[in-house]
Amino acid sequence: MSIENKEFKPKIVAFCCNWCSYAGADLAGSSRLSYPADVKIIRVPCSCRVNPMFILRAFEKGADGVIMCGCHPGDCHYSTGNYYARRRMTLLFSMLDYIGVENGRTRVEWVSAAEGVKFSDTMNGFVEKIVSLGENVRLGDLRCRK
Amino acid sequence: MQEVINRAKELLRDGTAARVLGWKTGDLPYNPEPAYFETEESLKDFVYNGFCGANLSKYMIEASKLEGKTVVCLKPCDTYSFNQLIKEHRVDREKAYIIGVGCKGKLDIEKIRAQGIKGIENIEGAGITDETDILKVQTIYGTKEIPYADAVLERCHVCKGKEHMVYDELIGESKDTKDGDRFEEVAKIEQMSPEEKFAYFQSELSKCIRCNACRNVCPACSCRKCVFDSNKFDSSQKANVDSFEEKMFHIIRAFHVAGRCTDCGECSRVCPQGIPLHLFNRKFIKDIDELYGEYQAGEDTETKAPLTNYTFEDAEPSIVGKRG
Repeated sequence: MSIENKEFKPKIVAFCCNWCSYAGADLAGSSRLSYPADVKIIRVPCSCRVNPMFILRAFEKGADGVIMCGCHPGDCHYSTGNYYARRRMTLLFSMLDYIGVENGRTRVEWVSAAEGVKFSDTMNGFVEKIVSLGENVRLGDLRCRK
Repeated sequence: MQEVINRAKELLRDGTAARVLGWKTGDLPYNPEPAYFETEESLKDFVYNGFCGANLSKYMIEASKLEGKTVVCLKPCDTYSFNQLIKEHRVDREKAYIIGVGCKGKLDIEKIRAQGIKGIENIEGAGITDETDILKVQTIYGTKEIPYADAVLERCHVCKGKEHMVYDELIGESKDTKDGDRFEEVAKIEQMSPEEKFAYFQSELSKCIRCNACRNVCPACSCRKCVFDSNKFDSSQKANVDSFEEKMFHIIRAFHVAGRCTDCGECSRVCPQGIPLHLFNRKFIKDIDELYGEYQAGEDTETKAPLTNYTFEDAEPSIVGKRG
């Protein structure tokens, strides 16, 4: 089997807030809703915990897309964490877009603990988007590539 | 320049200050370096001319820990950085005696060299009181003349104005040298396709040798412990091993000062590889201005920085894709 014929399986990292989206993912599971196994969830105490470096690191380690899920604005367990995260991520995504990383590779979604359906829909949509964009080559190590 | 020296001598003599923070003659006529002067005699080396681009605000972090007051010479744009440091409680306003020195645009030796002038021995007309718009460059091949305005640093083309934001006294006249739009280049890059953007930054950032000069000189970048020095982090204190690290270093460096960067342009000035680092900082400033309202760091000492603040109606991160 040659490498060219192999179906592209994206690697996707999802940072999920412990208080909402992580429970949302749980609900999606217990409701028997499916979402692709390409999504690897990392639990964070709050969306505000996500340091811009985490996202860059994920890309370096081979992720093709990074999605961050947090509580809906106004519903943060720590009152205001997601408001700060929102500004931070907006600026970071804008910067990634500016240096030429396709904009579709990064996303922020607000998913509450009761939104199992939204969680699986979001993940299905995001994986589809990443598959259409293909492999992430711009933020990996380019030395051994053409 | 003599006026500044005389005033500094007076301040040292009457005990107002224990030291003077200024510039002294470097080993070449066009690279004066920041220096402390603790005695009246040592002030004979003091120099202030068109090449004194260095922003002395950051030195005040250490000087604030010393005994006694420090006389510090700040140009109009340096005072923004100083204000920002006061806001972040990194410098002690009581420990500084600020002489606001005049500025009519600072010179960039690379700009002079870029015009084909080689073997520079001396430069006339760079003095702060010289009433001339022409620089006379003496080279080993003879004297050449170029307009002063063609040799100023990039940051002076987008001058923030001739007003000092904070000072104890002013010496000398300043001039607003603004003749361009600071977001022009950023807007041009934003219009490119992802492939072009990537190729552009790839070619610029691959020049980076990770000397960390941009981080060390930045007056906003003042953490005692820096993430790039951490030994838990595998790209600390060494050259970039791959193209990812080049990008990560520059994105993170700019991100850490986002909302606090006064756009003083020191990063681009000190870069030995001539990378236009201000393009990263200005991108953040442009986004902040567009999304969260215009904000100039260092204009005052009270308002909250954009990234330590929020409103309920902030734009969602998906706006990045919608703006195109």
